Amino acid sequence: MMSLTFVAALIAIVPLVLIFYYTISKGITYLNFNFFTAMPKPVGEPGGGMANAIVGTLILIGIGGSIGVPVGIMTGIYLSEFGKNKFGNVVRFLTDVLSGIPSIVVGVVAYTLVVVPMKHFSAFAGGIALGILMIPTIIRTTEEMIKLVPQTLREGGLALGIPKWKTTINIVLRTAWKGIATGVLLGLSRAAGETAPLLFTALGNRFWSTNIGQPIASLTVYIYDYAKSPFEDWNQQAWTAALVLIMLISILSLLFRIVTRSKYKTN
Amino acid sequence: MDYSETKSTKKKFWTKIFPSHNIGDIIFERLTLLFAVSVFLLVILMGYEMYIGSKISIDKFGWSFLTKSTWDPVQEIYGALPIIYGTVVSSILALVLALPLSIGIAIFLSEVASGWLEKPLSFLIELLAGIPSVIYGLWGIFVLVPWLRNTVEPYLSDHFGYLPFFKGAPYGFGLLAAVLILTIMVLPIISSITRDVLKSIPQSQREAALALGATKWQSTKIVLADAKSGILGATMLGFGRAIGETMAVTMVIGNRALISPSLFEPSYTMASVIANEFTEASSQMYLSSLIQLALVLFVITIIINALAHLLVWSMNRKWKTV
Repeated sequence: MMSLTFVAALIAIVPLVLIFYYTISKGITYLNFNFFTAMPKPVGEPGGGMANAIVGTLILIGIGGSIGVPVGIMTGIYLSEFGKNKFGNVVRFLTDVLSGIPSIVVGVVAYTLVVVPMKHFSAFAGGIALGILMIPTIIRTTEEMIKLVPQTLREGGLALGIPKWKTTINIVLRTAWKGIATGVLLGLSRAAGETAPLLFTALGNRFWSTNIGQPIASLTVYIYDYAKSPFEDWNQQAWTAALVLIMLISILSLLFRIVTRSKYKTN
Repeated sequence: MDYSETKSTKKKFWTKIFPSHNIGDIIFERLTLLFAVSVFLLVILMGYEMYIGSKISIDKFGWSFLTKSTWDPVQEIYGALPIIYGTVVSSILALVLALPLSIGIAIFLSEVASGWLEKPLSFLIELLAGIPSVIYGLWGIFVLVPWLRNTVEPYLSDHFGYLPFFKGAPYGFGLLAAVLILTIMVLPIISSITRDVLKSIPQSQREAALALGATKWQSTKIVLADAKSGILGATMLGFGRAIGETMAVTMVIGNRALISPSLFEPSYTMASVIANEFTEASSQMYLSSLIQLALVLFVITIIINALAHLLVWSMNRKWKTV
């Protein structure tokens, strides 16, 4: 009976392997320098890349990060340092609730909050939706990482006469920052893979644009549009875009895994 | 006597507002508190915005929005029943498939696998959770759906076609494809939470069972019974994820609002409707109905997540005292 559980684990791995296999094998054909630097061409014309989409995704997670990271880290600090009270528990609960809200609902909120007043789809609205999505992940990891810092470090700082705020910033945060950075990274990766909220906030753009007040292209929306389309050429490009997206997310995680590991070695 | 009481209450009052004399401390704490309050206000703001956005539609349709079956943008009649049906049925069926698999995986990871196997395998399964939804959809369109259309559905139709679940033409796209993809997407959540829950149950339970002569499977059954509420919580979180899943489902479910027992038929979920029709909404009433769908999703996922976290949290507390 217990050996059946091994079968269950194998069954779970099968789709993972299949997805990676197909993404890599189908995506690699169009993966070249041109893909990263050329603009999308009209259908039927060969070539064409996704330069604007790649830059668009980076801009969107940049805007999202500039909102999500400060809010997330500061709230995480509050929860771990000052938040052992009832309000802290309420905020913790709301963070869990926020993390379960579907991304498309967050997109609708960003639409009503940003697109409607601006009377305009924009990268800014998309960035805000992504930022909201990042917040719970960053709060949770920041709180966990700060909690891991031993109490003795804080007490040592306070015993030396350093005020609490300086202890928190210079001692506690300095110790925990690698873990917090991983949490930020996790949030950014999650945001990079989001499609639904962008459909009606950042919309999409066939042209090169870095203006955050205008609609902007993104890898995820392009994958969606190209996959749905009846054109074989576009379907191929969708696989390549998927490959680039997975590579982007993997690079982000790998980068910080390397950084964190080296710190432990010197310790 | 009175004087000293007043002095100490006065001191207590001041220490409550300004716990430290250092101005930096006060500013720092207030600053972090400000951000925490902003998160609190954000959630409330979200609910409020969606409520006022959908007010027109709520006023016009009331409860019939949830019970009527006509989703007609042309005549401006919006009844979301088939859409709610599609959402709930696809998610429940996905859970039915995912739950036994997830529990099996969790048991394997926490009870059977040795250290060198458990960590990489856990990592791989969590990798499943990290794949963006649109890539699942892409794979769904070009790999899963053709396989269903060419192999699985004809087979089911030939051998079990008398059942109402397998009637209809094998399009490939439809409820079955959506259920299978949702199963894969929900698997990592349920299995990793269940694995953590199983690990949190003290070893003494298993040892007691084994000491009484139970087999490993019997002792695992006992541990599973102990973990019941945690597993229920994990399932609810999986359900919450499934009903909110948008892109992968939109790309394979066929996007037609109809109620049918057949798995081969296309279907429609709340998230898919919003994704497909939001930018096409030509009138205020249309938009308001879509926002109302978002509000329904919002409320359902809040309730499910709140209950699920309470369950998992209460399980952790229960076993901390043992």
